[in-house]
Order: sequence, then C-alpha cells, then structure tokens
Amino acid sequence: MSILKIDGVTKRYANHTALDNVSFDIPTGCIFGLLGPNGAGKTSLIRIITQITGADSGEIYFKGERLRPSHIKDMGYLPEERGLYKKMKVGEQLLYLAQLKGLTRDEAVARIKEWVARFEIKEWMNKNIEDLSKGMQQKVQFMATVMHEPSLIILDEPFSGFDPINANLIKDEILRLRDNGATIIFSTHRMESVEELCDNIALINRSRKVLDGPVREIKDTYKTDTYQVIGNGHLMITSPDFEVLEQHENHGVFRASIRLLNGTSPNDLLRYLIQRVEVHSFVELVPSINDIFIRKVKETYHA
Amino acid sequence: MHKIWLIIQREYLTRVRKKSFIIMTFLTPLLLAAFMVIPAWLATVSDSEDVVMVLDESGVFADKLESKEDLKIIPIAAGSLEQAKTAYQETDYTALLHIPQLDLEKPEGVRLYSKKNISLQVKFRLENMLEKEIESQRFMASGIDRDMLNKMKANITMTTVNLSESGERDSNVWVTSGAGIIGAVIIYFFIFLYGVQIMRGVIEEKTNRIVEVMISSVKPFQLMMGKIVGIAGVGLTQFLLWVVLSAIVVGGVQAAFDIKPAPTPIEQMQAGRDLATGEEPEQTEETSQADTLSEVSSAISNLNFPLLLGCFLFYFLGGYLLYGSLFGAIGAAVDNETDTQQFMFPITIPLIISFIMSYTVVIQNPDGPVAFWMSIIPFTSPIVMMVRIPFGVPVSELLLSMGLLILGFIFTTWIASRIYRVGILMYGKKINYKELSKWLFYRV
Repeated sequence: MSILKIDGVTKRYANHTALDNVSFDIPTGCIFGLLGPNGAGKTSLIRIITQITGADSGEIYFKGERLRPSHIKDMGYLPEERGLYKKMKVGEQLLYLAQLKGLTRDEAVARIKEWVARFEIKEWMNKNIEDLSKGMQQKVQFMATVMHEPSLIILDEPFSGFDPINANLIKDEILRLRDNGATIIFSTHRMESVEELCDNIALINRSRKVLDGPVREIKDTYKTDTYQVIGNGHLMITSPDFEVLEQHENHGVFRASIRLLNGTSPNDLLRYLIQRVEVHSFVELVPSINDIFIRKVKETYHA
Repeated sequence: MHKIWLIIQREYLTRVRKKSFIIMTFLTPLLLAAFMVIPAWLATVSDSEDVVMVLDESGVFADKLESKEDLKIIPIAAGSLEQAKTAYQETDYTALLHIPQLDLEKPEGVRLYSKKNISLQVKFRLENMLEKEIESQRFMASGIDRDMLNKMKANITMTTVNLSESGERDSNVWVTSGAGIIGAVIIYFFIFLYGVQIMRGVIEEKTNRIVEVMISSVKPFQLMMGKIVGIAGVGLTQFLLWVVLSAIVVGGVQAAFDIKPAPTPIEQMQAGRDLATGEEPEQTEETSQADTLSEVSSAISNLNFPLLLGCFLFYFLGGYLLYGSLFGAIGAAVDNETDTQQFMFPITIPLIISFIMSYTVVIQNPDGPVAFWMSIIPFTSPIVMMVRIPFGVPVSELLLSMGLLILGFIFTTWIASRIYRVGILMYGKKINYKELSKWLFYRV
C-alpha cells in the first residue's frame, strides 16, 4: 500500500517547466529518497505535496484519497531554507507551530515535554531562537517538524548545517520515526548522503523522473558483475571468462577490477585467483546511486 | 478560523511584550505631561521684569509711556544720547529707548539700544505703545480726542449657530474643525505607523525563512490577515492606553502643580487672530475669554459624540485595513526594506494628499465638491470624512462612503493576497510593477 501516489504531475512557471508528467508511488513506512541535482524540480514537487502550490495537471493521492487541505496536519515539512521566529522563545515557538498543525494546547505541551526530555534541551526552552547556535536551531526546527506525529515527514536537505554528531542524532530519530510507522521523504542532491538510509528512491532530472523503485532492485539492475580484488603476487589473467578492467601493482601488492563474463559466478573467479595469487580482499563493485544516476542520464540523452 | 486566531494572538502578544512598545506607551503620556509643564514652568521663569530706560528728546511721550506689570519704564529727565548710553551701560536694564525729535507725520529715527538680544515681545510692545500715542496725538491734531475714539470703537465676536431641523445649536467653528482634525490626524498616523509594521513583519518572516514552514500549516491568506488584525489590536491597545494614561498623567500634573493647561490650539488660534488685528491682547482678552470659554464648552457638548466616536472607529479600522493589506503586499514583494521605496510611493501619495487637503480645502469648505469627492473615494475617505463629520454630513453620503470603504478594503485585500501568496516564496528577484500585475492572475 502506498501512502502517496503521484500521478502525472506537471507544473509550469512563466518561462520554464518545473515538473513534466512525473509519476511514482511512495510505499507506506519506508524511507524514500527524492534525488536529483539542484533545480531538477524536487522542491516544486514537495511544495505541491505540502499544498503550498498546486499542480497544473495531474493528481496526488494521500492514503488513497485525493490530496485535500485537511491532509496537511498529517504531514510534517522541513524546508531546505530553515527559519524560525528569531525573537520568540523556543518553548513558545514549538507550542505555536504545533497548535497550527492542529494539536490542542494540552497535547502540544505534553509532546514538547516528551521531546525536550529526548533531546535533553530543557534549559533552552526560555531562550530566544536568535540566542541559539545554528545546530541547536536546526534541532528545534526538526522537533517542530515532527512534533504532531505526522504519518508523512518530508525533509528537504535534512543534514545540511548539522555537525556529524547531531546528524547522527537526527538519523537515529528518523529511523525511530520510521519504525513507529511514519513514512519519510528525503529530498537531496547529495545522493551519497542518504544512500544507506533509503529503502526506495526516485531520481529526478530536468523536471522529469528518470527512475524509481527499491534501492536493492535498482542496484541489482545496474550492477555489472564487477569485483575488486586486492592481494599479493603477480596477477596474470588469461581465462576468457574474466575481463580485467583495471590493474595496478605496487611492491608486490596488486589491485584489480575484474568483470565476470560468460555466466561465471564470483566463486569461479575466486577459485581461479586462489590458485595463482594470495587474495586479501574480494568485494563486489556495486554502483552507487550517483553512478547509476549519471549512467541513466547519459542513456536518456543519447537515446 | 482557529488558526487565524492563533496567528492573531502571536502577532499581538509578541509586539505588546516588546520593550519598544512598552517604552513608547508609557513615554508618550509623560512627554505630553512635559509639554504641559515645561511651557508653564518657562513662563514663570521668564516672567522676570523688563526695564527700559527712555530718553525722549521729542517731548511727545513725556509721561505717556506707562510702566506695566512686567515692563517697567524709567524716563531719563534730560541729557544727550551719549550720556544716556553711558548711564545705561552702568545699569543692568533691558534696553535703552531713544526717541529723537519727531515729526508726527513721519515718525522716524526711534532706536532701541540693548546689551543683549532683546525679545520680540518687548520690541512689539514698545512699538505698540509708541504707535498708539502717536495715533492719539494725530487724532488730537485733527480734533478728535481719545475718549471719543474709544466710544466709537466696536468689538464684535460672532457666535455661530447651526440651524438644522433639530433646532438651533451653538456651534463653534474652532471646536468643530478641531474635533475632526484630531480624528483625521490620529487615523493618518495610525495607518502609517502600523501599516509599516505590517510590512516589516512580512519582510521579517521572509528573511527569516519561516514563511515556508508557516504556509505548510496555514494558507497565505490566513497568515496575512492574522498579521493585519493582530497589529490592529496592538495599535488599538496602544491608542487606548495613551488616552487613559494621558488622562491620568495630565490630571495628576494639574493637581500637583496647580497650573492652567497650556493653551489649546483653539486658544492659540484666537490669540493669533487677536494679534493679527493689531489689538493689544490684554484689552479684549478679559471680556471675551469668558464668552469664548463658555461658547467652546457648549460647542463641545453640542458635538454628536456617539456618532463621532462610532465614525472614528469605523474609519480608523476601515482605513487601516485598506492600506494595511497593501503594506503587507509590499512586504511580500521585496526582499528587504531598502527595496520598498518604489512601492511605498503610490500608497503614501493618496494618504498625504488627503491629509494636506483636509486641513486646507476641506476645513474651509466642508460641503464643497473637493471635500465631497474625497470623502467618498475609499483611499481618501478615512481621513477627509473624519474632518467633515463634525460639520454634519447627510446620512446618505455617510453610508455611501462607508459602503465604498468596505468594498475598497475587500478589493485591496484581494489584490494584496494575490501578490502576497506569490511574493512570500520569491527570493532574490527584483520586482517591478509589470511583474506584480502578472502575479494577480497567477495560478498558484
């Protein structure tokens, strides 16, 4: 079952098309990567999902229903451009934003207490936002995004501005929210940063969807049966079943990228190598999402 | 509706709790008190008497120049000008008046010597005395004596009466126009001060980048209206506090210092009139002041206060809403305050024009065509109509003006919300009018 179904969405501005007939599904309870370079149309799509703007054509279904204003309180959105009221106290600000999302005052107070305990930030509550460090502000903003426990959380470039420690804290929170049943959309142009987190992805380039699906399947589709081998000895491959793509040797240590041909298995390659050299490392070279994206983009433009 | 209420609360509370608001609210009545106390205090201080030595070589004024309470005249029996000057140098008198031999037909050569700069008041009073005496001499020369002249003099103060269906009522032009002008001035400044606050608030939300967070929770229109209404609340609060605090402070000051309040504008204007006629104020003041005061108070009590107050509140809010939404739209269209100038101009022009017209053309002819049209057109009516109301405005005109003002602010709010919803998400783009007009018809 998909929490969000995007069906043929097109959005045009005065002199360019931001989204051109984009369709894909976001399964419930996954971490979904919305990936693409800057200006690809990610933010435009998010603004349509969060109903900040409307699509020119196409439909979006949230939990099987056509998107409507009441869905907003079941979504949390962290925009790329972060911002809070600088002169407002942290506690008041969280209370205000939570109430705008439809929580009652009492509910909001209870949730704030819970999050304050989790992030250990009790002493900030009466400080003005402008007196906090940038990382602290980001934490407050993250809290404001998820406080109303939405079932869809949209994070635009979530890790920009976080130091590694806080980035990990946020990552753990995101995983916890996912385990509690929320669906998370990550939008980013730094594809490597979310690769290990995402279950599913969609790639967008120049306002068109390039590809989408579960990360595992996509990687399987695009893997090239190439393995990297590191070891001692003098490597000489003569078998027609293996193709050496790259090979370096240095002080008797070699490093090579080898592709399997003619339906041979990795075990066949390993057996072949063991007879000739000492193997220290044997790793499948899985293409990164970045590599796949570049390949896919090239394909679409050469075709 | 609930969300708008939350926004109104936030906009209101954050502003009311600001230090600048609290300081302004309490400082203004204190300044007002200072305005009352300081002139009164200065008056007592400068009441030291002026002493003028007079060397009268003409013999015309001999003992005719009389000492007054605060202006003492010391005639010098005889001697040359040089002697008088040396004598004067040794005293600490205010001035030395030298009257040479005079030709009554052409009185020239009178000089006033002084060590320090002499106040205009002393100069005028001396001139006045001399003029009068010369006039008397001339009258005598033509066979009319002063007593006869005084009998012939007439002094008329007209009482203006409004003839209307409800009967005769005393009215006082100064009171009537004063009441209107005060209302108009308050509305003018309120629109400006708080309109600009709306604009600043929108710009602040834009530069803080909170706007995208907000409009993923509420509609842009709700955000804009919440801000406008919240700030209106701030303005009304400040206004009411000023009225209450001023009343307390003024009352307190009067009780504590037992002083007469500084002359009101009305009294000042009358004093100005008296001066302009060349009469010495003292002469008419005593007789006419009592009349004037009773006339003013009866005129004040004859003003239709419920109507005046009701209209004031209506035009106060109507004008604010009309312009406030436009100020909000400007804030949304620009990235920072320095870019607002070009858009502020067309908004401030009708305000300034109606303000200037209201105390010139409109007050002179409150039922004339200029006053009529300006009090009907929504962009000028909040200010101009306030000036007209105390003079009496037909109910039909009032209703027409009010109706158009309501339509006017619905219209400007519509325009503003169209610009606002596009503008708040637009960064780093220089906007011009052509661009703005396109925004009106964007599908968002």
